[in-house]
Amino acid sequence: MKATELITLFELAKGQEGTVSTSALAGSGDAADRELALRLFEIGFVDGERVRVIARGYPGGDPLAVRVGGTMFALRRFEAERVLVAPLAGGKQVAA
Amino acid sequence: MNAALAANAEDSALHLILLGNPNCGKTALFNLLTGSRQKVANYPGVTVDRKEGQMTTPLGKRFRVFDLPGAYSLNAVSIDEEVTRDVVLGVREGEQRPDLIVCVCDATNLKLNLRLVLEVRRLGRPMLLALNMTDLASKRGIEIDVPALQRELDMPVVNTVAVKRGGASALLEQLELAVRDVVPHAATWQAPDVADVTATQREVRRILAASVREPVIDTRFDERIDRVVLHPFWGMLILAATLFLMFQAVFSWAALPMEWIKGGVEAFGQLLAAQLPEGLLRSLLVDGIVAGVGSVLVFMPQILILFLFILALEDSGYLPRAAFLLDRLMGTVGLSGRSFIPLLSSFACAIPGIMAARTISNWRDRLATIMIAPLMTCSARLPVYALIIGAFIPQTTVAGVFNLQGLVLFALYLAGVVSAMAVAGVLKMTVAKGLQHPLMLELPSYRWPHGRNLLLGLLERARIFIHRVGNIILALMIVLWFLSTFPAAPADAIGPAIQYSYAGMLRHALEIVFAPIGFNWQISIALVPGMAAREVAVGALGTVYALSASGDDVAAQLAPMLAAGWSLPTAFSLLAWYVFSPQCLSTLAVVKRETNSWRYPLLMAGYLFALAYGAAFVTYRVSLALLGGPYA
Ligand SMILES: Nc1nc2c(ncn2[C@@H]2O[C@H](COP(=O)(O)OP(=O)(O)O)[C@@H](O)[C@H]2O)c(=O)[nH]1
Repeated sequence: MKATELITLFELAKGQEGTVSTSALAGSGDAADRELALRLFEIGFVDGERVRVIARGYPGGDPLAVRVGGTMFALRRFEAERVLVAPLAGGKQVAA
Repeated sequence: MNAALAANAEDSALHLILLGNPNCGKTALFNLLTGSRQKVANYPGVTVDRKEGQMTTPLGKRFRVFDLPGAYSLNAVSIDEEVTRDVVLGVREGEQRPDLIVCVCDATNLKLNLRLVLEVRRLGRPMLLALNMTDLASKRGIEIDVPALQRELDMPVVNTVAVKRGGASALLEQLELAVRDVVPHAATWQAPDVADVTATQREVRRILAASVREPVIDTRFDERIDRVVLHPFWGMLILAATLFLMFQAVFSWAALPMEWIKGGVEAFGQLLAAQLPEGLLRSLLVDGIVAGVGSVLVFMPQILILFLFILALEDSGYLPRAAFLLDRLMGTVGLSGRSFIPLLSSFACAIPGIMAARTISNWRDRLATIMIAPLMTCSARLPVYALIIGAFIPQTTVAGVFNLQGLVLFALYLAGVVSAMAVAGVLKMTVAKGLQHPLMLELPSYRWPHGRNLLLGLLERARIFIHRVGNIILALMIVLWFLSTFPAAPADAIGPAIQYSYAGMLRHALEIVFAPIGFNWQISIALVPGMAAREVAVGALGTVYALSASGDDVAAQLAPMLAAGWSLPTAFSLLAWYVFSPQCLSTLAVVKRETNSWRYPLLMAGYLFALAYGAAFVTYRVSLALLGGPYA
């Protein structure tokens, strides 16, 4: 897997680290979607920030607890899918 | 004259607002600054807490301090945040524009916290930054260059430790200095767009790089706990055990203080009775007011113990984790984990529960949570349950370990929760169809709950409760006493005196309504005052059964009479009624204020009444068929 390949935060496995990439995000979607994106920015999901999935719900891994910056947030699937990350090598690999 | 002086002094006091992200220690700082000189009320039109306190600096400068609801951004997504934004901007109706903004930041989490500071700085208002939790920051090896930060932010920066005596001394010193003049350029605020936010975040990172040295954050401690606490299986087990312990404590720890209150109320009633001449005044004071108010006051220990648990769990950082664990489950009926905290509070009383729902940003989620909050078994139902279970359910042991009475009580609690979920499910399929519900909940690091803050929180709850007892319940008791005392029974009366009173006259109308669900005329009459507040029904039944016992003692003497007078199906039917019972005027009033319309409280009363009636009907008919009975 190349380091530049982007996946959504939801696809990041538990325990794995990634780097947020916002390049593909700006200005898409309706008002509610823009508001969600804005709030995600405001709480720290900005370009280049390290994130790590600490825990996942059962079943289906939804919601997930993510550490971003120095804070942990619980996000639901549709919120996590709004964030794109580049998974970091090392850590556990996502099952292909 | 004195009042005029005080008013003058209040006017000269500067308005200081505390602003910050949730969990930054704002409330602790507010408590430290103002001590017990606090006033908690509501912002008009919404049930957002308006916390105001007074403070005088060592040199005698006076401030009125306001603790605003926590906010991540002025770009509000919840009512809490809207209030905060409006107060900061000085556009909230009835609120003065603040003279000084104190931004509170968690020093261990500046990356998140500083963004709001920069956003507010743009308004050009006099402000300063309180770096809170500096004790934790230095313990974690975070070095903050305060002069550099001051330079970068172009505002005074002080260190504080909100949970330590004297932890705000640097802030107080700073407050002695003149507040800088308002920057003249008009401070209009505009909702930021993505580019703005990105730029601000970049600026935050630049400032941090210039002023803060932070070792790689050590999150191992928290993560070790979270591995268990957030685990789908072990975490659930811990949550279940915690809740079990909590309810256990509510019932066992409260027993003794409840005895004391009961004893005190009785003694007071007897004292009054001995002092006053026989007559109407004595009857009103002793039977009406002391006994009636006492029968409600007795539940205060249970409510406070429940709140002690909730406050401690919240302070420690556990409650949001419980919300995380339950999110999936609540999602199946269209709620989110955020509804967990309001619903948990509703077990004490639906009112604080409904108020706690204001942190839910999504309006439909919030409405659904408000609508089902009264289905959580609040402590006002307990006296009714206790009375009927005590009278009709034998003290036998089931399966070797379980007490049958306890099991029935548990089943009633469960019935409330299950029907709440069912109602939420119906709402999901109708009103809130196909919508996505946000969670986005911060899971703060674990901390030991802080005694003083818990105490202040509890005092506030006790005050609200006593306030309610002093107003609504007192008034109802007087009305009830009047209805059941006048007109007096004729001299040759054979039945209980109440049969001849106004309350007795109402019974004919009520019998038509309630006979199909097995309620006799005594129950029907007791439900009249009980319409306003659930717990009143116990006292009312006592009055109806013409007992002269006062206060909680009513229950003790009433039980055998009920056991002899009611059929089992009637008792079951009343229990079923109370799982849903719509009777609580204060709840409906709060819902009205909260939703700003009559529509929802009326809808709530309607659906609760329908469910109560339906459940009681089915219960009555089914148990009649199974057990046999007078009309079988
Ligand atoms: N060690 C330490 N703990 C603090 C400090 N300030 C607040 N706390 C704790 O942080 C938690 C959150 O504080 P609280 O005032 O409720 O935060 P709020 O959400 O901003 O009102 C509580 O457990 C406080 O006891 C501080 O300066 N040092």
